[in-house]
Amino acid sequence: MTHVLDPDALSDDARLTAPPLPPFSDITRSDASLRAFLHGLPGVDQVGAEARVAVLGTRSIKTTAKAWAIDTAISMVDLTTLEGSDTPGKVRSLAAKAKRPDPGDPTCPPVAAVCVYGDLAGVAREALAGTGLHVAAVATAFPSGRASREVKIADVKDAVANGADEIDMVIDRGAFLTGRYLDVYDEIVAVKEACGSAHLKVILETGELVTLDNVRRASWLAMLAGGDFIKTSTGKISPAATLPVCLVMLEAVRDFRAATGRQVGVKPAGGIRTTKDAMKHLVLVNETAGPDWLSPDWFRLGASSLLNDLLLQRQKLRTGHYSGPDYVTVD
Amino acid sequence: MTSLFEYAPAPESRSIVDIRPSYGLFIDGVFVDGTGEPFKTVNPATEEVLTEVSSGSAADVDRAVAAARRAFTRTWGPMRPADRGKYLFRIARLLQERAREFAVLESLDNGKPIRESRDVDIPLAAAHFFYHAGWADKLDFAGLGPGPRPLGVAGQVIPWNFPMLMLAWKIAPALATGNTVVLKPAETTPLTALLFAEICQQADLPPGVVNIVTGAGETGRAVVEHGDVDKVAFTGSTEVGKSIARAVAGTRKSLTLELGGKAANIVFDDAAIDQAVEGIVQGIFFNQGHVCCAGSRLLVQENVHDEVIASLQRRISTLRVGDPLDKNTDLGAINSHLQLARIRELVDIGDAEGAQRWQPDCVLPEKGFWFKPTVFTQVSPAHRIARDEVFGPVLSVMTFRTPDEAVAKANNTTYGLSAGIWTEKGSRILKIANQLRAGVVWANTFNKFDPTSPFGGYKQSGYGREGGRHGLTGYLKGADRS
Repeated sequence: MTHVLDPDALSDDARLTAPPLPPFSDITRSDASLRAFLHGLPGVDQVGAEARVAVLGTRSIKTTAKAWAIDTAISMVDLTTLEGSDTPGKVRSLAAKAKRPDPGDPTCPPVAAVCVYGDLAGVAREALAGTGLHVAAVATAFPSGRASREVKIADVKDAVANGADEIDMVIDRGAFLTGRYLDVYDEIVAVKEACGSAHLKVILETGELVTLDNVRRASWLAMLAGGDFIKTSTGKISPAATLPVCLVMLEAVRDFRAATGRQVGVKPAGGIRTTKDAMKHLVLVNETAGPDWLSPDWFRLGASSLLNDLLLQRQKLRTGHYSGPDYVTVD
Repeated sequence: MTSLFEYAPAPESRSIVDIRPSYGLFIDGVFVDGTGEPFKTVNPATEEVLTEVSSGSAADVDRAVAAARRAFTRTWGPMRPADRGKYLFRIARLLQERAREFAVLESLDNGKPIRESRDVDIPLAAAHFFYHAGWADKLDFAGLGPGPRPLGVAGQVIPWNFPMLMLAWKIAPALATGNTVVLKPAETTPLTALLFAEICQQADLPPGVVNIVTGAGETGRAVVEHGDVDKVAFTGSTEVGKSIARAVAGTRKSLTLELGGKAANIVFDDAAIDQAVEGIVQGIFFNQGHVCCAGSRLLVQENVHDEVIASLQRRISTLRVGDPLDKNTDLGAINSHLQLARIRELVDIGDAEGAQRWQPDCVLPEKGFWFKPTVFTQVSPAHRIARDEVFGPVLSVMTFRTPDEAVAKANNTTYGLSAGIWTEKGSRILKIANQLRAGVVWANTFNKFDPTSPFGGYKQSGYGREGGRHGLTGYLKGADRS
């Protein structure tokens, strides 16, 4: 924005406004004030952020720590299928795996949730009935988010009606990149309202925001608008979840809680395929946001193939030898 | 740390190193017994005696210098420069091949975390040999004037904070330029230098080109004051540096000194705060603060002081202090009882002078030499902890209001080795960097080293440069020092 006096500031009564938390109540008064706030956040030095995650990547997680981390990572997985070819059969098979990831070992914990498109949320809900596992549905014209607000809201309501208790929405990256932050904000607020009691995860699609400065601003925007989780990616854009991006988002939730008292979760999604990747993320959580975030309530891993690698490593730790791909189930 | 995600011990195995019960001096290509009183070297993390090491007497030093002179006259001096380069490349490769062995030995003898010896000290030491190997046959084209010639025998005395890396900083340029060396490692950390002697044997380096004479201050004095030494290179304390400068004054010897520092790390209000905090931590707690270029004075703009200090304290609370051989250790042991006493003395003075001391709630091992990471706030430029080099994990925080005040305070020191600037504004970096009287100025990073980059100080931080093209001039006759 080049104008100090923003037209929205004078006629914002029509906007759907969820009041942000007290210290920030005046930030969303206008596009100009929101922009001033987001651009006033400390910058992120990319070289420094990469250096930090590189050092944390050398942490050596062994024996008891590894066993704990593998089980914790399994319990944080949002087991995901987001393909045009998804069917009720595929979703039921995924739900069965979510409940008992390792059929041969009853001590293996279940995952956190199954993540599907909205039209299949009902199938997932039925398959997971009575388990306490969550049903997450992507909505708001996922993955591009290119649809009118009415369509997006309808998409959300449909998914919730089908039984989703977690909604993974995408932000309007076009609006964000052109600086229309208030549009992005309003949309998240509207989606949050349409969610009702369902938890809202806000996908920033960091692969399209590109800079870490943008990641920090989008994180704050999503948190101010009431998102319960901030999530890196749709998984449809490369790069998806990277460690520097996750670092910046973890710093954001840490700082947001310090400023407002409200805790927001983080979900890296896409590109996390190995146990080693998952360990690095858990170390990052532990040493950035802190142990308060080390639970499926506050940290999730959006993944599909990751789960089998976690199971293989879990078996290796217990039996002392690697089994092989035929000793874990195909999705 | 958290009890929820407690990292299990992940110790690097020490079985890769084979420490002999005693070591002699390395003179003329072989290990010989020294004639001085042998001394013990201990693991500072446990106070366990590692081995016994010979002490070089004046007579031993004399033999070493004579061997170096012979090698200079007969083999190394007349050798084709390209062949000298081959030896250096061979040494560099051997260092890489045996990197783990060197890293473990360095952590055992020095107390630094294996993560640093493995990822910083040893790879950089190898890099210095590779870099200078490349220069060996290109000196005529280095822009240092016509036909630069070696000086002869270099007497080199190095400190205990980066034993192997400082050895590389000294030996690699000396050999690449055609000199031979007599090197005295620090009394508390002789072991990697002695392992390096084995590398010289393994590389078939002609006898006498590298001589390692272990011992304490007296041995160092014998090296520096020896009449047949042409060049003296010293890294260590300013106090000893001054006495060396006095001893060398009036002789034909050329001298480079790399001494103490009290670097300012300047954080502006528009800095990337999270990365600046990382840089502050890296600046002062890298290698337990046993770093001559450590960012020991934090100058933070007053309007972000509280925010930066809160972030810094939270970050310091996550530092893992303990067993240097554990791969997850961030902060290791203080190198010696003597150094620990020095740190304690200065920290007590900081308390007495009224600065506010903060330390995290971490548990230190019972045996060995340890000191908690420490931050002093409300420090005035008049305080001793703002002026004297502590050479330990102790940070002194001061504030400034304007860029001019930051520069004035940063330059208000008798040292001038390094400085850091943290801001997202490029033009400010360039302007401030030109105003700082320090040999190295880092922008949005700290304690980054590279063999291509010259390193050295202003004022009482010493003179001469090491590394890069500039570093070659210290070992060449008639080199154009530009």
